[in-house]
Amino acid sequence: MSFIRDTLIVFRRELRLSLRNPAWMVIVLVQPVLYLVLFGPLLTKLPAATFSGSAGSAAAGSAEAYRFFVPGLLIQLGLFGSTFVGFAIISDWRGGVIERFRVTPVSRLAVMSGRVLRDTMVLVLQAVILVLAGVAFGLRAPVTAVLISLGFIVFVAVGLASVSYATALTVKSEDAFAPLLNSIIVPLVLLSGIMLPLTLAPGWLQGVARISPFRYIIDAMREAFAGHYANTIMLEGVLVAAGLAVICLVLGSRVFVRENA
Amino acid sequence: MPIIEARGLARTFTSRKRTVHAVRGVDLTVEAGEIVGFLGPNGAGKTTTLRMLTTLLEPTAGTATVAGADLRRNPLEVRRRIGYVPQAIGQTMGGTDPECLVNEELLDQAALYRIGKADAARRAAALTAQLDLSGLDKRPVKTLSGGQRRRLEIALGLVHEPPLVFLDEPTTGLDPQSRSNLWEHIRGLRSDLGTTVFLTTHYLEEADALCDRVFIIDNGVTVASGTPDELKRQVSGDVVTLAVNGAHDKARELLARQPIVADVAVGGDGVLRLSVVNGAEALPALLRVLDDAGITLASINLSRPTLDDVFLTMTGRSLRDDSPSAAAADEPEPQPAGKE
Repeated sequence: MSFIRDTLIVFRRELRLSLRNPAWMVIVLVQPVLYLVLFGPLLTKLPAATFSGSAGSAAAGSAEAYRFFVPGLLIQLGLFGSTFVGFAIISDWRGGVIERFRVTPVSRLAVMSGRVLRDTMVLVLQAVILVLAGVAFGLRAPVTAVLISLGFIVFVAVGLASVSYATALTVKSEDAFAPLLNSIIVPLVLLSGIMLPLTLAPGWLQGVARISPFRYIIDAMREAFAGHYANTIMLEGVLVAAGLAVICLVLGSRVFVRENA
Repeated sequence: MPIIEARGLARTFTSRKRTVHAVRGVDLTVEAGEIVGFLGPNGAGKTTTLRMLTTLLEPTAGTATVAGADLRRNPLEVRRRIGYVPQAIGQTMGGTDPECLVNEELLDQAALYRIGKADAARRAAALTAQLDLSGLDKRPVKTLSGGQRRRLEIALGLVHEPPLVFLDEPTTGLDPQSRSNLWEHIRGLRSDLGTTVFLTTHYLEEADALCDRVFIIDNGVTVASGTPDELKRQVSGDVVTLAVNGAHDKARELLARQPIVADVAVGGDGVLRLSVVNGAEALPALLRVLDDAGITLASINLSRPTLDDVFLTMTGRSLRDDSPSAAAADEPEPQPAGKE
């Protein structure tokens, strides 16, 4: 199918350009470990009840803390990584590269999908590094849970990268895109229960947090890490993740396929 | 069959209840093998027209056939058959990535046209030779000079050997030497590869030196077309300026009676300005008339109209007012690092 071939052409080009950038490589590889090193030690000091809701005031084992913390960090990687990919397309647009591609017979959607494929690969790679580093720090989780989480990460990366490109190509200005990202991501991070469990939050905040799709995904990942694969929390998580990816893909495609971009 | 045929091509932009008629009705006929220039001041609708012809912008009215495919019904087929080189200054640049190597850009572009690897390598080699880029294939784009980068951008538009290539402001921003060098290359496209070239420019000398035929666009409408010489002839003919030693009135009377002289005006300095249809042929006759009457000449000068005179006559405005300093003022700030 020519769409797949077109996607791979764009993917190869973008990956090649990324690999040529040493700063980018270092950041991609170090960022997940950095998150873990900076935030991990804080959490292992919290009482176990914070994470499990069960009785007991002893400090949680690091295994417990990391089972809580790693899913949150995985989503944080996505929220701070995949959403920022749009900056690159603004400079490509300004360089005339987007326009050049749009006058060739290549699928206009592939201009986005090839990039999204690269970004998804990068986020999955970062997720694997994060999980491996987590294991080194004391995380103990079933392999199935890790695979399920990586599945969630794919949905998150596809959704966030698509919507990032579409938004960036619509505003066409770094000066507008940066504050826009901040005003969306920071509340999302807080409302998704990444750092601390939302069970600590007052009732009204828990209610507000229901609007964050990532909250459902993180909850489902935590369930998986706890060894629970078949319950309503997991089902909600899968539906929200898939829905998010599909909606963002459709919105993104519309921007890239429309006649005048 | 013409390679470009456009009738009443128009584009309207609507935003916040305001309607802007960027292009009101463009008619174009371009034959295969021509180098055609699309001349007009900034904001006349040149780029909007070009964007419509290259499928980047959907027309709101009109029809066009480009390289044998219907622009509105089959834009994908148009894309397969044309090459496009975006303008390299202004809001967006010429389409090359500063971090890519020259060869990578050429091979990627070939892949976009679904050209196989062996073929792509062969064409990339031929184009680097044709456009004087030999030996640069392993260099990152950001290390090229302005002229080299522009030639690479043109090479990208030719990778799939299109019968028709659109060049948007091909030489804007280049120094005079690179510009005349690029003109040679553009002439070479036609003579060596048989490519039809459609270019926009707001440089009169470029249209004059390079183009077989010129379309003049103003205010979204094509106001004139023809070879540069035809257009100049349409305007006012040539102007002969002469000064005589005494006997101004007699000279004026004599010359005004000549059928080849359309009009005589006397300047404040006693200099006579004659409008003639063909100055080169008229000069000997005029000299003979004055000589026969015993009037001696102090000086004589023949000037031919420029495309700017054509533009002035057609639109009531000078194209010069709009270029190149005014054009530069229109452009956004220079790009940050990485775009050098």
